[in-house]
Amino acid sequence: MVEIITFTRTEEQAMLAATVRELLESTADMDSVREASLSNTAIDRAVWNGLAQMGVLGLHIPEEYGGAGYSFVETAIVFEELGRRLVPVPLLSSVIAAAAVLAAGTESQRAEYLPAIASGERIASLAIFEDPHDLLEIRTEAARDGDGWRISGVKRYVTDAPHAEVFVISAATDDGVGLFVVDSDTQGVTVAASPSLDATRPLGEVVLDSVFVHADAYLGGEPNSGAVRKALDVGVVALAQEQAAGAQRCLEISVEYAKNRFQFGRAIGSFQAIKHMCADMLVAVEHAKSAALHAARALDDADESKIAVPLAKSVCSDAFVKASGDTIQILGGIGFTWEHDAHLYLKRAKSTSLLLGSVDSYRDRLADAIGI
Amino acid sequence: MTSLDDQAADVNDAIDTLLSQFPPSRTDAKAFWGAQFDAGLAWVDFPKGDGGLGVSPSHRELVSRRLAEAGAETWNTTANILGIGMGAGVLVTHGTQDQRKRWLRPMFTMDEIWCQMFSEPGAGSDIASLATRAVRDGDEWVVNGQKTWTTLAHLSKWGMVVTRTDPDQPKHRGMTYFIVDMEAEGVDIRPLYQITGEAEFNDVFFDDVHIPDDQRIDDVGAGWRVVMTTLMNERVAIGGRTFPRSDGAVGVAMDVWNESGSGDVATRRELARLWGEVEAFRLTTLRAAENMQAGVPGPEGSTAKLAWADLNKEVTSFTVSMLGFDGATIPEGYSLDPTTYDTREVERVMSPQRAFLRARANSIEGGTSEIMRNILGERVLGLPGEPRVDKDLPWKDVPRG
Ligand SMILES: Cc1cc2nc3c(=O)[nH]c(=O)nc-3n(C[C@H](O)[C@H](O)[C@H](O)COP(=O)(O)OP(=O)(O)OC[C@H]3O[C@@H](n4cnc5c(N)ncnc54)[C@H](O)[C@@H]3O)c2cc1C
Repeated sequence: MVEIITFTRTEEQAMLAATVRELLESTADMDSVREASLSNTAIDRAVWNGLAQMGVLGLHIPEEYGGAGYSFVETAIVFEELGRRLVPVPLLSSVIAAAAVLAAGTESQRAEYLPAIASGERIASLAIFEDPHDLLEIRTEAARDGDGWRISGVKRYVTDAPHAEVFVISAATDDGVGLFVVDSDTQGVTVAASPSLDATRPLGEVVLDSVFVHADAYLGGEPNSGAVRKALDVGVVALAQEQAAGAQRCLEISVEYAKNRFQFGRAIGSFQAIKHMCADMLVAVEHAKSAALHAARALDDADESKIAVPLAKSVCSDAFVKASGDTIQILGGIGFTWEHDAHLYLKRAKSTSLLLGSVDSYRDRLADAIGI
Repeated sequence: MTSLDDQAADVNDAIDTLLSQFPPSRTDAKAFWGAQFDAGLAWVDFPKGDGGLGVSPSHRELVSRRLAEAGAETWNTTANILGIGMGAGVLVTHGTQDQRKRWLRPMFTMDEIWCQMFSEPGAGSDIASLATRAVRDGDEWVVNGQKTWTTLAHLSKWGMVVTRTDPDQPKHRGMTYFIVDMEAEGVDIRPLYQITGEAEFNDVFFDDVHIPDDQRIDDVGAGWRVVMTTLMNERVAIGGRTFPRSDGAVGVAMDVWNESGSGDVATRRELARLWGEVEAFRLTTLRAAENMQAGVPGPEGSTAKLAWADLNKEVTSFTVSMLGFDGATIPEGYSLDPTTYDTREVERVMSPQRAFLRARANSIEGGTSEIMRNILGERVLGLPGEPRVDKDLPWKDVPRG
């Protein structure tokens, strides 16, 4: 087991949180989130550009590839702030895609693709899923063609697909599954938005119809299943921060309402049925924060991450789904309306618990890791 | 005020000296605890002379870790938990110099076991409604009444007891706190058998028991203040613990699964889920300890008692389920029969069934989970309290039952 690094934020990390929060407070309110969510292609360009200017899109990318070279804890702070407000920006997609390039790419491929992702110049997304249940079921095929490859297949559940300018795609070759970098404007690539349960996180389908890419688009030039796993782990840990922060926000909304809504001559928060739901939510939120933070600090530790990553998925998914559901219950009728924020959190909670693989599949991994 | 690092260096020095003068492998447990007390390493944050070095409480963890690593006996802190975990804090906060001198050392060395007598048949969650009466008689107090659920009373030399001294005051006011000699004339202790067949706790009857006034803690009428200190220490003793990964009930659950040879996917997943919940709880206790040490305690420090009670109940129940038909039997060498129980035994052989039964108390003892949820809701989240019907009434006019 790793010697546990501290949970406590450094001054620099606290500053980062404050700066990101300031940007979000001045640029994105819940009305703009709701408005963005009316389309299938939500994105808040103002926030995205602001984050790019602050240089926080590549915090976890090594310095030699244009990033800041921090541990994942700093990136986690950004996800926490975004997750509190459900801001629609394609950071998850770009962080996962970058992780795939970093894990599978050669030196020159990293140098070619990562700086543009770190600066926000290009939006990237990982396009690997095809089957609604099986993460690794891949029918897309890549065959050698002259000095390159020809790829055909359909990728689904691709986060931020409508905005991505570059995709990291998985395809079966004769030797196994490899990852290819494909620009969205390559001939034969068609992207369609698919309506998503959580409209603040657009999903889409990427159709590859006999798409030709040069040999140097093949990351590492050989199959690399470890890179896919690594990229998904990074995504799960990023999502865990959103989940913990979203659950925390639900608790705040619930408590605020329970203090101010009066029925039977009393604040509803003085009724134990409501008060106890809030107390249980507090416990779940604190546990989710611990699990998410631990996963962020353990992500780069090969052994500990085997436990910490599936742990975060298991704990944070349940906590957020329950907290967002209970929030609607505490709010009563108003919680069920389109105009209140509560449903946005419920939708985010349910959909994040499903993204990047089912909670059960991560519990199976956790079971493997702890030796049961 | 010295820095935390300087303090840690002093504490480490004191530990080094203790371990070299009293090597745990060659020192009898009682002698070691005495030396540990004299070295100021019993409760390191207490004043010098009272078993401490006057440093920050955050160094307690350092002491217990290093002593455990050195193989020192530390089971006094669990065997005499009501004294060492709660009574000591009461004495150091409210006790006189004489009282601290007289009671702290023999408590720590286990020469004198302590118990706590708050609960009564008519006063459980609502401790402040208690009815045991103490009436002044010169330099003494005469006590009559009944306490119940008193853990360890049958093995104790001293008991912390809260009494009603002024029935005309509202209930939180007219109470006074004493330390009573459990071997005194008029104290009658009768075992109460619990669902495991053991008798960890007792009924305690007081029939004209005389307590010298110098065994009164804090002022006459200030009992509630001392009660609050006791409960705060209790929650730290229960909630402030940190523990290793896969420890306790969840470790037993893993063993039971691995020994069962079952390949059931759903059971394995559920065990992984529970393991994850326990681990998230464990990480939260570590985070709480860290924030406490850094001087920024947050809500994560107050959720442990409630979270642990729920989890321990769930995990132990799941473990018995994993045993299949065997879960419905009682393993060899283990009995639920009260008539075979020796009250001098501290604990019976642990089995998943016993752990499952014992865990039912976790959400009752030390404040029920409903009361904990009220406290989290009101004190941590700031939700309004319940309307109170008894607040300003004199105690004698409050309905009880
Ligand atoms: C194993 C064990 C060891 C113990 N050891 C000791 C000891 O050493 N010394 C000692 O003094 N006591 C001890 N106790 C007693 C324990 O502190 C009490 O049992 C506990 O505080 C609850 O009191 P009660 O049993 O009278 O239940 P009650 O207070 O009557 O509660 C009954 C039910 O009503 C609920 N309830 C009560 N008030 C409220 C409220 N305001 N809001 C919502 N629900 C409420 C409770 O949560 C519970 O579910 C021990 C108990 C156990 C089980």
